[in-house]
Amino acid sequence: MNKVRENYVRPLDLKHGRVDMTHGSGGRAMAQLIEELFAKHFDNEFLRQGNDGSVLPPLTLGGRLVMSCDGHVVSPLFFPGGDIGCLSVHGTLNDVAVMGAQPLYLAASFILEEGLPLADLARIVASMAKAAKDAGVPIVTGDTKVVEAGKADGIFITTTGVGVLPEGVALSGDRARPGDVILLSGTLGDHGMAIMAQRESLGFSAPILSDTAALHGLIAAMLATGADIRCLRDPTRGGLATTLNEIARQSGVGMMLDEAAIPVNGEVAAACEFLGLDPLYVANEGKLVAVVAAADADRLLAAMRAHPQGARAAKIGTVLVDDHHFVQMTTGFGGRRIVDWLTGEQLPRIC
Amino acid sequence: MCLAIPARVAEILGGDQAVVDLGGVRKEVSLALLDDVSVGDYVIVHVGYALQKLDPEEAARTLALFAEMGKPA
Amino acid sequence: MKYVDEFRDGGLARGLAVAIAAEASPARRYSFMEFCGGHTHAISRYGVGDLLPAHVRMVHGPGCPVCVLPIGRVDMAIALALRHGVILCTYGDCLRVPASDGLSLMKAKAGVGNMRGDVRMVYSSADALKIAQDNPGRQVVFFAIGFETTTPPTAVVIKQAAALGLDNFSVLCCHVLTPSAISNILESPEVRELGTVPLDGFIGPAHVSTVIGSAPYEFFAEEFRKPVVIAGFEPLDVMQAILMLVRQVNEGRAEVENEFARAVTREGNLKAQNLVSEIFELRRAFEWRGLGLVPYSALKIRREYARFDAEVRFPLDYRSVADNKACECGAILRGVKRPQDCKLFGTVCTPENPIGSCMVSSEGACAAHYTYGRYKDTQ
Repeated sequence: MNKVRENYVRPLDLKHGRVDMTHGSGGRAMAQLIEELFAKHFDNEFLRQGNDGSVLPPLTLGGRLVMSCDGHVVSPLFFPGGDIGCLSVHGTLNDVAVMGAQPLYLAASFILEEGLPLADLARIVASMAKAAKDAGVPIVTGDTKVVEAGKADGIFITTTGVGVLPEGVALSGDRARPGDVILLSGTLGDHGMAIMAQRESLGFSAPILSDTAALHGLIAAMLATGADIRCLRDPTRGGLATTLNEIARQSGVGMMLDEAAIPVNGEVAAACEFLGLDPLYVANEGKLVAVVAAADADRLLAAMRAHPQGARAAKIGTVLVDDHHFVQMTTGFGGRRIVDWLTGEQLPRIC
Repeated sequence: MCLAIPARVAEILGGDQAVVDLGGVRKEVSLALLDDVSVGDYVIVHVGYALQKLDPEEAARTLALFAEMGKPA
Repeated sequence: MKYVDEFRDGGLARGLAVAIAAEASPARRYSFMEFCGGHTHAISRYGVGDLLPAHVRMVHGPGCPVCVLPIGRVDMAIALALRHGVILCTYGDCLRVPASDGLSLMKAKAGVGNMRGDVRMVYSSADALKIAQDNPGRQVVFFAIGFETTTPPTAVVIKQAAALGLDNFSVLCCHVLTPSAISNILESPEVRELGTVPLDGFIGPAHVSTVIGSAPYEFFAEEFRKPVVIAGFEPLDVMQAILMLVRQVNEGRAEVENEFARAVTREGNLKAQNLVSEIFELRRAFEWRGLGLVPYSALKIRREYARFDAEVRFPLDYRSVADNKACECGAILRGVKRPQDCKLFGTVCTPENPIGSCMVSSEGACAAHYTYGRYKDTQ
């Protein structure tokens, strides 16, 4: 008679297996999923504590805490230049970093849809782990839930980031002043169009890569210049247009942009033409906008361009006095127009 | 109305379908509304259909005319 | 992008702007209607108006298929989705058009009471046909809107559906005709008798004309003595067309000229025209938002293809619905008023909460002015 092997569990079938309801039941299957997938990839001293929460060391640097949270839903889950895993790390890190803070820790919550291939989940988790490791920010706690097939879109990932804001740094959307200069770290629309080009119904093939990236390295280099930076933002959903309108409203100012100075990759511009979209409204996941005192603008721009993530940084406009808080633009054609908030959602149009 | 854009025919697929190229972006379109389209032609694409061929000589003439009419008299 | 970027060149634009300013006589005013929303959009997006002298004024026309779509037709599409349980396929442009009872296709998709419409956005008529093939157990209706540019692709899929013997595909046909709308404007009392809308000429449609050719406009030039310049949708095309119109007016000519010769011939696309007349026939009359009932201004599906006609297949009644009383879309679509003349503009009617159709489509006169040009109202 065979001897019963105590506590034997067959390893997860990462080739053909799929997420099922037991993976969220709180039982052995869930423990196994966490152990063989999440804990294995994310491994760090805090997760190894194995408790409901992680105990973190006291802050030695001083400064205040910054915390930000971001839910990630994207279809398709894998796209040229990235996937929902690294996106969920970059998105939240960037929200912490544009506050001027140094990101320290991440937390991640997963909603898995019954039927999600475990191979896909493993790829996503590995990508998240790599993004976190590259950024030097550990994922210290997490949670997993499973919902029935049809009640989610494969996987939703919510991440929370904590960072520390050094004394003296105060970046805020209400600090833009007339005369300030607006800098953009690189090309617009790469992420949004990379996703759009994957939609089967549009029948596209375009060599467009998502720009998803963690920006805290670039931001650290910018802060190190000592330039009087009023505000940093990453123009994600709603694109540059929405971000600038938010800042204009918060600060009670207007803006004038120079269309010719705004960098857009040729393929992104072409894909936008096909679909009737405007790159100013398309999402980015690895770009930032800086509003800076005019006297420091050139110095800051030089520092941005010296960093690989800011090689195509440009001075794209200035802040004005305007009671209507309009963001306007001198068009490449020589006219003038408003760059308004995004209305509704960006839909391909025929007219 | 009628968002449409000129794109170069990069490949004829048969079954009235073709691949067009616009600035490095490729898209499959229908040629059902045109006859005699060849690779290299520019066609005006609307809602996934090529509507008309673009005449390169006329395009060059129009551009020249812009320059000429815009010259100070 | 070849054949695109060259036609947006700012340097050439300055040259044309100087020429227009030099040739437009300061002794008179010039009012030109750009019929198409495509031109309206180009003028606003590139700021063409800033390059024109003050006495050359552009009047926006009704050439936006979403804007002229009457509420009653959207109501029919919503009824198909909610009450008849079909998969309703639509171009993205139609999703947000306000219909009766505060509804839109977007809201029908999200759900109304305990009903939820299966509304799917398509990029092409071919996508709708494919959805029908992929869902043999469901009725699939394509909500077909648009002018002569968008009609041939609808004709193609109806013909393909017939060849495939598909019995779950039909079309709610709302295709309309450009020349009838131009006639309607030229015959309107405001233009003809009252003179409240001075119209010195038209910029003719770009892509519509690639299909129908330039010949149909000759009637307007002769009968109404109005110059017509067919122009491409790039901003330099528009500038050039304005200069050509100014010259015609100055020289007392009323001719059809073709600035968009790179894609428009006199005859147009005969293959597309033949296909359209094989599948469609004229409607006796069709209601346009803003213009009212316009005789012979739209198409319906011929009897031979009636089984692909959603209005035959489903018990649908068309009910004319009046616009919001304070909404000036009608007058704006006829060129009688400007968006900023409407009390609702920018107050209760905004792109987020459109009351009238001109605020919905990005090329509607109100949306274009709100989105791109309203800084001018503050100066």
